[in-house]
Amino acid sequence: MIDVLNAIPYARFLGVGVERIAGGLECVLPFREAIVGNPMLPAVHGGVIGAFLELTAIMRLIDESGTDHVPKPINFAIDYLRSAGPTTTRARADIFKLGRRIAVVHVLAWQDDPARPVASGNGKFLL
Amino acid sequence: MMSHTPHARHLGMRVVETGPGFAVITLPYRAELIGDPVRKVVFGGAITTLLDQASGLAVACALDILRAIATVDLRVDYLRAAAPDLDLTARVECYKVTRNVAFVRGIAYEHGPDDPFASCLGTFMLGAHPGGTAFQRLVPDAGKEPA
Repeated sequence: MIDVLNAIPYARFLGVGVERIAGGLECVLPFREAIVGNPMLPAVHGGVIGAFLELTAIMRLIDESGTDHVPKPINFAIDYLRSAGPTTTRARADIFKLGRRIAVVHVLAWQDDPARPVASGNGKFLL
Repeated sequence: MMSHTPHARHLGMRVVETGPGFAVITLPYRAELIGDPVRKVVFGGAITTLLDQASGLAVACALDILRAIATVDLRVDYLRAAAPDLDLTARVECYKVTRNVAFVRGIAYEHGPDDPFASCLGTFMLGAHPGGTAFQRLVPDAGKEPA
């Protein structure tokens, strides 16, 4: 999956990594100064968190469906639950429905404790 | 506000226009933003970042006194693929401010506002961080006098 990730310029730009876990995969967003949105907290930019959630959803979809192209997002909704501090953020995606044409994916991102998520996402993709 | 946001600076975003309750921001096109290497289309998440930044600025422009602003939720609809090699612009309006919450809606386009490739709907919490915003601490007099 790392080859797929490396083929997406924006994933390299954000420095996102991917790890294989039981029953799926986990994406990793290392912290660095360039992704900060609020320097006083400091906190990761909300847009970067959103992009990371969307990327995690796409990676899971590619992994699950075996497609050779990047699924097109129809829409993506993000709930920001807490501010994301200056540390590594991780995310996992669940495919709620893998239809013939559309997939519905839920994503959860956290930092130190998976029970205290920083954001959740819900996306629909054209396969 | 933009120059105090490291990620906005990193992407080279610039403010095109602001007014009462609205903001227009441009994100210069660059190869690093591509999400689909075959179609050379900008990654949806980069559009989310642009719309989030414009939304926050639109909320700031709708407030009488500058307060902390935190994104509660943001939904982006991808109406079509953005054309490659062109700068992306977002125009967001903050159409309602209550005591605690601000509501925004906006579009993103590369040719003009009549033909958007994405639209968004978002909610922001106001005054979430006691002690003032980053901007208030950097510019202590902000909000005390009319701009």
